[in-house]
Parts: sequence; C-alpha cells; structure tokens
Amino acid sequence: MNRPMEPVPARAADRCPPAARAGTVVVSSVSSDAHTWNLVFLQLLIEELGYTVLNLGPCVPDDLLIEECCRIAPVMVVISSVNGHGREEGLRLIDRLRARPELAATPVVIGGKLGIEHEAAAGQTEALLDAGFDAVFADGPGAADFRTLLASMAPRAGELAGDGGRT
Amino acid sequence: MSDVAPRTVSTDVHPSEVDFGAFVRRAADAGELVAQPRMGFGPPGLMRAGLAATRSAAATTVGTLTLDSYTRVGDLASAERAVRADGGANLNGYPIVSHPAETTAAVLAGLLNRDFPVQVRHGSAVPADIFSALIALRLTATEGGPVSYCLPYGRTPLAESIRNWSDCAVRFAALREFQSEPHLETFGGCMLGQLCPPGLLVALSVLEALFFQQRGLRSLSVSYAQQTNPEQDIEAVLALRRLCQELLSLSSWHVVIYAYMGVYPRTDRGAYRLLGEAAGLALATGSERIIVKTVAESRRIPTIAENVAALEYVARAAGARPPLRPPADGANGDDSATYQEANALINAVRNLHRDIGTALLLAFRHGYLDVPYCVHPDNRGRTRSALDGAGRLCWADTGALPVPPPERRAPAGAVTSSGLLEDLFYIQRKYDACAPESGETAASPALAERSRRLPGPR
Repeated sequence: MNRPMEPVPARAADRCPPAARAGTVVVSSVSSDAHTWNLVFLQLLIEELGYTVLNLGPCVPDDLLIEECCRIAPVMVVISSVNGHGREEGLRLIDRLRARPELAATPVVIGGKLGIEHEAAAGQTEALLDAGFDAVFADGPGAADFRTLLASMAPRAGELAGDGGRT
Repeated sequence: MSDVAPRTVSTDVHPSEVDFGAFVRRAADAGELVAQPRMGFGPPGLMRAGLAATRSAAATTVGTLTLDSYTRVGDLASAERAVRADGGANLNGYPIVSHPAETTAAVLAGLLNRDFPVQVRHGSAVPADIFSALIALRLTATEGGPVSYCLPYGRTPLAESIRNWSDCAVRFAALREFQSEPHLETFGGCMLGQLCPPGLLVALSVLEALFFQQRGLRSLSVSYAQQTNPEQDIEAVLALRRLCQELLSLSSWHVVIYAYMGVYPRTDRGAYRLLGEAAGLALATGSERIIVKTVAESRRIPTIAENVAALEYVARAAGARPPLRPPADGANGDDSATYQEANALINAVRNLHRDIGTALLLAFRHGYLDVPYCVHPDNRGRTRSALDGAGRLCWADTGALPVPPPERRAPAGAVTSSGLLEDLFYIQRKYDACAPESGETAASPALAERSRRLPGPR
C-alpha cells in the first residue's frame, strides 16, 4: 500500500505551500461543470507522482482559477471537464489565462467530455491547441472510457511538468 | 428579496390542480411505482417533445424539466447567449430563466395537469432566479437542498447556500396562496452520486427535509441513490422511512429512489440489470417514485426514446404491487447499523441549534457532517470511504463524525488513486461482466412480504 491518505485540508491556501515537493499542479474544472470524481482521481494520481495538488474543485470561475495560478505559479494546470461545455469554456478560459504574462508559458492541459455530441467534434482538438492549450485529451471513439482518459493524462502530466520545469 | 419575477405568465392550468405529492400518493395507493426521467433539452420544441413522450410512455410517469448547467451556476449571460445563438441547441438542459415565460408556458401547455405533474430539477446553490421563474409560472414541484445542492457542485460558501435555500423555500411555500401544495424533494440522499456511506446519505436527506419543514413546506419527498450493495441499500431505505416517520410532521411525504448515479455500465444488458435492481430496491422498501437511468448514460446525454425505454422498463419490472399499508405498531424496521448511524448524526446536528439551517452550518464546521471526497472548501475532508469485498460501502475513516464505531471498516490505507478507480468502476465492471439472465428484477418474495409492513406517511 502507498502512503496513508492525507486528509484534504479545509482551506486551499493551507494545503499548498508554493514550491513544495516536486512542485504544485493545479487541478480544476471549468465554471459550469459540477462533476467532481474526475478531479478527485486526478488529485490522488498526481499526488502519488510526487506533486502537491491544489484541487480547486468543480464550477471554478475563471477569475478564481487565474488568480490562484498567478499566486502559486504551478508547474502545470490540469483542466478536466465532462459536462459537455468544456470546449467552449476551455476556449474562453485559455484566452484569459494566456493574457496574463505570468501564465503565458505555464503548461496547461485540458481533457474530458468536451462537447455534448457523442463523438468529439471535428477540429475540436486543433481549436483548443491553437487557442493555447499544450495538450488536449478529448473523449470519443477509442478513448470513450473516462478511466482510460484520466489514466492517460497523468503520465503526460508528469512528463510535461518534469521536463518542462518552467517555474 | 422580491417575491415575484417581473412578470407573471402562468401555465394554462391552475396551480391548485397540480399536486406532485398527491399524484405520487395516489399512484402508490394504486400499487404503482412512479417513474421519472432526468430529461432536459435547450430548445423548447425538443423539451416539449420530451415531456409529451414521457407522458405517453407505458408507465406511470411524472415529467421533468432539467435545467442547463449555465443556469444552475447563475451564469445567465452564457445561457442567454446560447439561446440567442441557436435556440439553446448546444445547452445540456432547459434554460428556464432565459427562455421567455411565454415560451415555457407553451412548452407545458396541454401536457401539465393533475395526472401529469412536472418537476423542475437543477442543482443550484444560488437558486433565487430559478425559483422566481418557477413561481412566476406557478410551477409547484422542484428539488434540491442547502447542503446537497452546494457541497458537491461548486464553491458557493455553505452559509450562503443555506441563506439562499432558506429564502427560496419560504417563497416557494407561499405558492399555497393559490390553493396549491408546493412540493420539494431533498437531494441529500444522493451526495456525490457514489461512495458516500448510506448512514450519512440517510441523515442528510432527513436533515434537509427538516430544514424545508421548518420553512413551511408541507409536501416533501426524500431521496436515496442506489449504491453498491442491494442488502445495504434496503437497510438504508428502511432506516430513511423510519426516521421520516419519527421526525417529520407533514401532510404528505414519499421516498424517491435514484438509479445508480455513479459510473454506469456500458452494455445495454448491464445498464438494464442495474436499473432493474433499482426498481427492486424501490419495491422491497415500498418507495413510491424512481428516477431512471438509460443505456446511454455512460456515453452521453440520452435521447427521448432512450428515456422512454428506461421508464417502460421500470414499469414492466415493477409490475403491479400491493398498496402500501399504514405502519403497524412495532413494525418500524430493524434497529440496523445504518439506522443507528443516521440517527446519531441527526441527533448530533439537531442538538447544535434549533434552527436546522444554523445547525447544518455548525455541523460542517465541527466535522459532525463531513462528506468523503468532497472538495468544497466548507467540507472538512477528514472522512474516507471504500468498498469491502462484498461491495458494501464502508467507512475507511470517520473523521470527527459522532457515530458509533462502524461494524465494518475498509482496510486502512486502502484509498489510493487506483483503489478509488476500482471502487468508482466497481458497478460498471460487475454489471457489464454478468451473464444474460431472464429475471431482471431483484425483488424476491421475501422482500415483497417485507414491503407490506413498512413505515409510511399517515
């Protein structure tokens, strides 16, 4: 068994001394998405890889996410959304996030069920990459499984954060 | 807070004629389980088609208007933009605040009536605009709760959610001035959808019912979401019924079972077997209403046809059943571990303050209520849960919960990302793997017998 689970402290700020361990990864949803399990899983997984995680939880307003990222300078931002609004909200969010000079080079990835269609809309990944995401893990044929999707994000997160070391 | 929306455009039926609680009670008396979808579409025409199909399904049904997630979080600008862009075709639910009231009245015209009540479902911790829209339309059935619509879904402070829900419940109860009986369902029995141990689900459902009762509602339903072990679920719903009987003083209450809300089976057969188990749970516990899931659940928002198929499946699985009888003395269900745990939680919370809203706030502050894996800033997050070998949902850590030592406990250190995934996908794995079977419902003669001596409302 791995190390015992640490309780999740009540205040986000308490749980995240900047530059702890291998660095801090911000896990967050988009502002209209209320799903949580994807975020809880990502938190445990990324913690097991040696990072500190600031889990902002579901329905995070853009401003809050941006302010928290500016405050703690994360080694990576992982956006996960499964309610079907992720594509639109992701495009809006990345625009605002990249507009902040402090976050212009921060690795930011997005994944989940990003549209309400059964299959990922054509051009969705390209649009999100063009807008400024470093990687897109869209659901769809071949990756329809939430589990596969999430599992596939983590090593990638480790890779990017480890190699990038941009903070 | 203003009492009404700017303009009132009521539906074409007088609110006194539509009584959600009474409809469900009549169905239960006739031995029918009421089946309900969780349907919501952005475009008015599609929403109307969904309601019409629900109404004409071969099942005893009530209608559902599920709202889109922009409206739920109060981002009305985005909802309005989506309506202007293409009539709401890209929304994941019906934007009741952004469509003109006339539009919603037209969606419901000729469908909503005494024999087809419609419930508005959302999930908002800031529901003032939603309630204004309902009240203006004189719609008399909805659901939610100060805790259950706040902690799992966002970052609205609990104190704010409690204030919001308090105000809205009082305004909603005032619909009685139209000789109607507004009905509210507590969502507390569904916290996080999965991995919340049954004792805590039951306690939260009852506490939210007490909260609404204190704010003047007289017709309520209490929810419980199917979890991972049928016997444990039956024990939980019987505990819920007994606690409602002991603690609520209402003119009407009933229990609503939610088909599994976690990661759903991907095969049609697995999905239907799981839905059949949920119907079996309702039958075994005398529950009056069920919210269905469809075969498409693991993949996307289900179509109207898939919803209708699920409603009709439940109706066939339930069949005719004997009417619920009033409880006989001493037939209140066993003093089960779930009952004792829920009762201990409820008592600890009620002892904190006579106002249930204040008591709930204090309880989360003290960790007397603490939802495992909930990342909301006002949830302590000291509790953990996991499945045991028999698929029973157990505490791995009870944190500061004032509960008796659990009978069963998950092994310490069981909670890792892979352990969590195992548990989150347990039901999908189990039901997708199972071989075909003829008997799809779980209701056994012994359970049916038990259901005849259940506690219920007077």
